[in-house]
Amino acid sequence: MPDNRDLIKQKKTWESTTVKKVTDRFPERNENFTTGSWLPLNRLGIPNYEDKTYMDKSGFPGEYPYTRGVQPTMYRGRLWTMRQYAGFGTAEESNERYKYLLNQGQTGLSVAFDLPTQIGYDSSDQMSIGEVGKVGVAIDSLKDMEILFGGIPLDKVSTSMTINAPASVLLAFYIAVAEKQGVTKNQLTGTIQNDILKEYIARGTYIFPPTPSLRLITNIFDYCSKEVPKWNTISISGYHIREAGSTAAQEVAFTIADGIEYVKAALDTGMDVDVFAKRLSFFFNSHNDLLEEIAKFRAARRIWAKIMKERFKAKSPNSMKLRFHTQTGGSTLTAQQPDNNIVRVTIQTLAAIFGGTQSLHTNSRDEALGLPTEKSVQVALRTQQIVAHESGVANTIDPFAGSYIVEELTDKIEQEVMEYITKIDDIGGMVKAIEKGFIQKQIQDSAYKYQKEIERAERVIVGVNKFTAKEEQPNDILEVNPKLREVQIQRINEVKENRSNESVQKKLIALKKAASTTDNNLMPLILDAVREYATLGEICNVLRKEFGEYKESIVL
Amino acid sequence: MTKKVRVLIAKPGLDGHDRGAKYIARALKDAGYEVIYTGLRQTPDSIVATAIQEDVNFVGLSLLSGAHKELFPKIVELLKENKADDIIVFGGGVIPDRDISFLKDNGVKAVFTPGTPIADVISFIEAQ
Repeated sequence: MPDNRDLIKQKKTWESTTVKKVTDRFPERNENFTTGSWLPLNRLGIPNYEDKTYMDKSGFPGEYPYTRGVQPTMYRGRLWTMRQYAGFGTAEESNERYKYLLNQGQTGLSVAFDLPTQIGYDSSDQMSIGEVGKVGVAIDSLKDMEILFGGIPLDKVSTSMTINAPASVLLAFYIAVAEKQGVTKNQLTGTIQNDILKEYIARGTYIFPPTPSLRLITNIFDYCSKEVPKWNTISISGYHIREAGSTAAQEVAFTIADGIEYVKAALDTGMDVDVFAKRLSFFFNSHNDLLEEIAKFRAARRIWAKIMKERFKAKSPNSMKLRFHTQTGGSTLTAQQPDNNIVRVTIQTLAAIFGGTQSLHTNSRDEALGLPTEKSVQVALRTQQIVAHESGVANTIDPFAGSYIVEELTDKIEQEVMEYITKIDDIGGMVKAIEKGFIQKQIQDSAYKYQKEIERAERVIVGVNKFTAKEEQPNDILEVNPKLREVQIQRINEVKENRSNESVQKKLIALKKAASTTDNNLMPLILDAVREYATLGEICNVLRKEFGEYKESIVL
Repeated sequence: MTKKVRVLIAKPGLDGHDRGAKYIARALKDAGYEVIYTGLRQTPDSIVATAIQEDVNFVGLSLLSGAHKELFPKIVELLKENKADDIIVFGGGVIPDRDISFLKDNGVKAVFTPGTPIADVISFIEAQ
């Protein structure tokens, strides 16, 4: 007599309720799924023994605590969104790359902005020298944004924008371009990163101090909940924390602690948790340690669900679901023997898919050398497509559940994360923990330990400290036009000649006035200024004057 | 007793990737050098001013954004203008091979790319 009878019954209930609700509207990709050699493949494996902890710890996909995935059918219903982060040079060049990627079967856009754009400087600013168009596309005004999305229907594609401190300005640009295409705000789908706390911790593109930054963020939550309801208003990011050298558990701990801080900030403005929480999204890294990474993603989902339900009293299931984007680990790429990186990216892709990601960017093999070439971007995208269509791993849900070791690692990561969250609560929250340098110190100690292990060859990196070979670097590394700053300055001048400077000034004064109080939502005022072709730098300089600028707390 | 070697590790430009810079700073400190780290977003002027004020022997520049061809030579030039060209400049980051000779021709004494062991940086400093 099998003693998992209860579980079999519960699975049947899950199938006839949670699954059916979805499959009635969105049938699975195939009527029947089999392995490569035609063995039938079950949608979901469950324990074939009595497991009293199963429902609490795992549950079913699409059901609390979402350990096994946020959607009932996961990739059997729809594959993850393949979303390659791209952008460089001018808006024209990036527009061409986006069209190329869409033609190659990519299913969503992800915009990389250059550093001046990310820090709210126009290309003409002295601070922009050397950086214009280097790590992403240069956007100074609505004019650039119109070119960037020229010929791309914004009601058809979803767009993710890696923009943080000036996120409201870039979102306003996007809305204004859509309006010109005849697409309304409520049709727009996509994400802004909008996660300032990890900028202070790890990524560095902050502008304003924490308090006004959190105000801008909660302004966006509120504005989008009413005007742009399908937009993901934030992508709470562990990616850069991991890149800075944290462990897997620290990545989850500090990301979730950042999430807690944003939820607290929004609740403080009087918003209802179930109004904004469903539009919060996450962004994680995927590294080489396959089993640890799978456990990390599973643990993150379970922890967030519990926190939203128990700590913040969310009632809507959508508020408890941790939906996330993944990017493979940039810091794991080596400059030596760059083709080896294709293999690393494949392992990391598998980790992300076994971990249940909603979308994925795969890095290109040559990114430790410079910007990726079109050819290497294609290999990176093909890696995802091979995993999706040939490996079979997308045909059953959460296949590592029930692995003794993965379950054990999932529990261990959860435990370590909760210890960190308690510690951060004791310090007084994430802003205080960052200002004290506590978070930075934790990450740097892990980074130092990791690097020392590589130096001592206790940790093998193939091609770097073992199996090395003499080699020539590939010579097809992409170079950005060094004259680009002049091109952008020319365009800013044209924009300024063709707009009504009087209207721009009026809108900027209105923005300044609203920014000097704390109770006005700045989003509509920024949109007004953007429509008149105020530049990014002009808008951010108004806010710099009102808000001041953040000073880094240096921790070594 | 000889004076301790002083090294300034600096982040020019707008790039926020400081994992490498911080690692080098800490590892050189552990190796017995006096190390000063500037933090992010330093202009060439402010790096040169700090280098002179702190009376350093070396300036190590770290940049991963691709702006090295503009910013590294500028710092060498400003040191010269300020009669501080006895300070040795080296650099690191995401820097393609083809740019290394350009940087060396423009006064950057050494360039360390990803994967360089810290021992190589130390033996460079000791050889000067």
